[in-house]
Amino acid sequence: MNLGLQIALIPLLPLAGFVLLGLFGRKYLKKSSGIIGTILLLASTVLALYTAYEYFFVYGKVAGAYQKFVPLSYTWLEFSKGVSIDMGILLDPISVMMLVVVTFVSLMVHIYSLGYMKGEERFPTYYSFLGLFTFSMLGLVISSNLFQIYIFWELVGVSSFLLIGYYYNKPSAVAACKKAFIVTRFADLGFLIGILILSYSSGTLDFNTLISTLTSSGTGQAKAVASTFLGASAVTWGAALVFIGGAGKSAMFPLHIWLPDAMEGPTPVSALIHAATMVVAGVFLVARLFPVFSITTPGVLEIVGWVGAISAIIAAIIACTQTDIKRVLAYSTMSQIGFMMFALGVSKYGGEAGLGYTASMFHLFTHAMFKALLFLGAGAVIHYIHSNEMKDMGGLRKYLPITHITFLIACLAIAGVPPFAGFFSKEEILLAAYHNNPAIYWIALFTSGLTAFYMFRLYFSIFWNKEHHPHGEKQSEGGFSMMIPLILLAIGAAAAGFIPFGKYVSTDGTVLESHFDLQFSALPVAVGLAGIFIAMWLYRKESERPGKLTASIYSIYKTAYNKFYIDEIYTFITKKIIFNLIGKPAAWFDKNVVDGLVNLTGKATAEVSEDIKKVQSGKVQQYAIYFLVGVIGLAVLFIYIWK
Amino acid sequence: MMQPGLYHLLFISAALFFIGIYGFFTRRNLITMLMSIELILNSVNLNFIAFNKYLWPHKMDGLFFTVFIIAIAAAEAAVAIAIIINLYRSHNSIDVENAEELKY
Repeated sequence: MNLGLQIALIPLLPLAGFVLLGLFGRKYLKKSSGIIGTILLLASTVLALYTAYEYFFVYGKVAGAYQKFVPLSYTWLEFSKGVSIDMGILLDPISVMMLVVVTFVSLMVHIYSLGYMKGEERFPTYYSFLGLFTFSMLGLVISSNLFQIYIFWELVGVSSFLLIGYYYNKPSAVAACKKAFIVTRFADLGFLIGILILSYSSGTLDFNTLISTLTSSGTGQAKAVASTFLGASAVTWGAALVFIGGAGKSAMFPLHIWLPDAMEGPTPVSALIHAATMVVAGVFLVARLFPVFSITTPGVLEIVGWVGAISAIIAAIIACTQTDIKRVLAYSTMSQIGFMMFALGVSKYGGEAGLGYTASMFHLFTHAMFKALLFLGAGAVIHYIHSNEMKDMGGLRKYLPITHITFLIACLAIAGVPPFAGFFSKEEILLAAYHNNPAIYWIALFTSGLTAFYMFRLYFSIFWNKEHHPHGEKQSEGGFSMMIPLILLAIGAAAAGFIPFGKYVSTDGTVLESHFDLQFSALPVAVGLAGIFIAMWLYRKESERPGKLTASIYSIYKTAYNKFYIDEIYTFITKKIIFNLIGKPAAWFDKNVVDGLVNLTGKATAEVSEDIKKVQSGKVQQYAIYFLVGVIGLAVLFIYIWK
Repeated sequence: MMQPGLYHLLFISAALFFIGIYGFFTRRNLITMLMSIELILNSVNLNFIAFNKYLWPHKMDGLFFTVFIIAIAAAEAAVAIAIIINLYRSHNSIDVENAEELKY
């Protein structure tokens, strides 16, 4: 099969599912829509795996380095010679890896939803939205130019909006989807301006050309660096604005406020969008433009690193105090994405120094596995208990054995306990940070201890702690379709770490040998284990200890519990400052000046017509007089004036 | 006896015209108004005949126009009287001030 067509089919199959189920699902395919969506996605997954196999093992490597291929490119809009918006496919190690991650996690979520969403009123709509989302995300990762990625970026935002607001009769879900959409849209404004600046300074939108123009010293780069604004060069501004777009989508501080609220969507959706795929789009974007960031604008990369590190620690602290299990997972996601971000931030381009880049992509891969697993496991628990609150749970290990085991594996993976997947990727990230930015390294080390603590707080609170007393009829763990994805993802979470990732993904395509240093690993593992034991001591049995602990550090606890009041700050800024200082005067201007002008013309017309309508009096003789006066006037005009 | 000249005829024509105009504006009775219009038309006819006779005595254009105008005036009078009769039937009056419904 033609390579371009083969890869184009990967996103197009879910799109076909979206169209088919969106148009006919509610009427004709009420029962079978889940199966149809799943089968189409299974085909996509197989194609993606085949593509990955071929790319990594057959044709991808030329002269010892993985190359970038553009198997399909179609000029969509041509502005001028050389500047056009293309629709194309770019194959390189990270896009191929993302293809596998997205299709695999999406397939797991499709299968899981067969059981989880069974009996829902809008079952076909749900599957069609899932198809739309998968299509957009796959289109995003294989985009060959900046504008194409922006189009799919927005599509991803829309489908995320639709899925968060799936329970549209629940006011909190409606508010959450609006919040997610508006916050990410706000960040996307930065992204768009960044795209315009980068493409203007490099003269192209295409990734390969853009990167080579901006990174190799020549006239293009010189031009882009020479023009400055507020003391920074155009390309710096461009890269920083693009990063703002990425930070919005990836829920980086301070644009993270939408992510915890987005948990109002169905749990499998959270697993797909807000854990494994969409939220890593920002990381992917930075990785895609990594040469520009690292070679041309190292200052921006520094910002990326610090934003990532700050997000990681803040989210981890908040996660320790939340009681809604999905919100704990949401903050944990934010924290882990912070890890990926600062891993990019501490990386350099080329060779050994590019370890952070490889580590970031590696962590993205393993995180997709274990975080999707955690969410799906949480979904199974919620399905069983019918509550999101930790206090309603406890002692579930006997009732949900498969969920318990898989959840434990995921927790061990995220806590970085060898030999689970998270250990390997987190070690690489910490190693990269240690060599390049010790301050970030210490923050990250503390954060990974916190990670272990809050994950095991969650684990012990759900599965141990107090005894569970099932009331009513005995419920099962959820069907076959819900357990299969848990088991498959658990295998991924346990074993994905053994993939020699550096061989496949690195900044310049060459092999990066990752070697483990036992002495270095000892400290992070010890910190992780310490976190686990503290959590075990506090939460394994029902006791007074957590209450006493929170009472002793009550003010800190309260601040973290209220998410550092960031939502309140946003509300203050928007309601008090923007609404009062900008919105109200603007509304006054609109009501009085703009509307006033419009009303004035209307009123003037009405008044004048009120006066002159009396001319039409109905009196024949009056008309005759007007006529006579007119004739006389014309006669005078023609005889005496206009000779 | 003095032969009437062009100016005599034009004087009579102008007098007839303004008598017609005056009648049209001051009378309220529709029949009288119609009669005033006939006066205006006939003043025009007189103008045509006078100019034809005194300025281009070898041509017949003025005469033809006059004949046309007389024919059209007859038709117009018939239409106007028909309108007046209908107005009388609906309003029981032919006073022009009673027919003011067609206004703003």
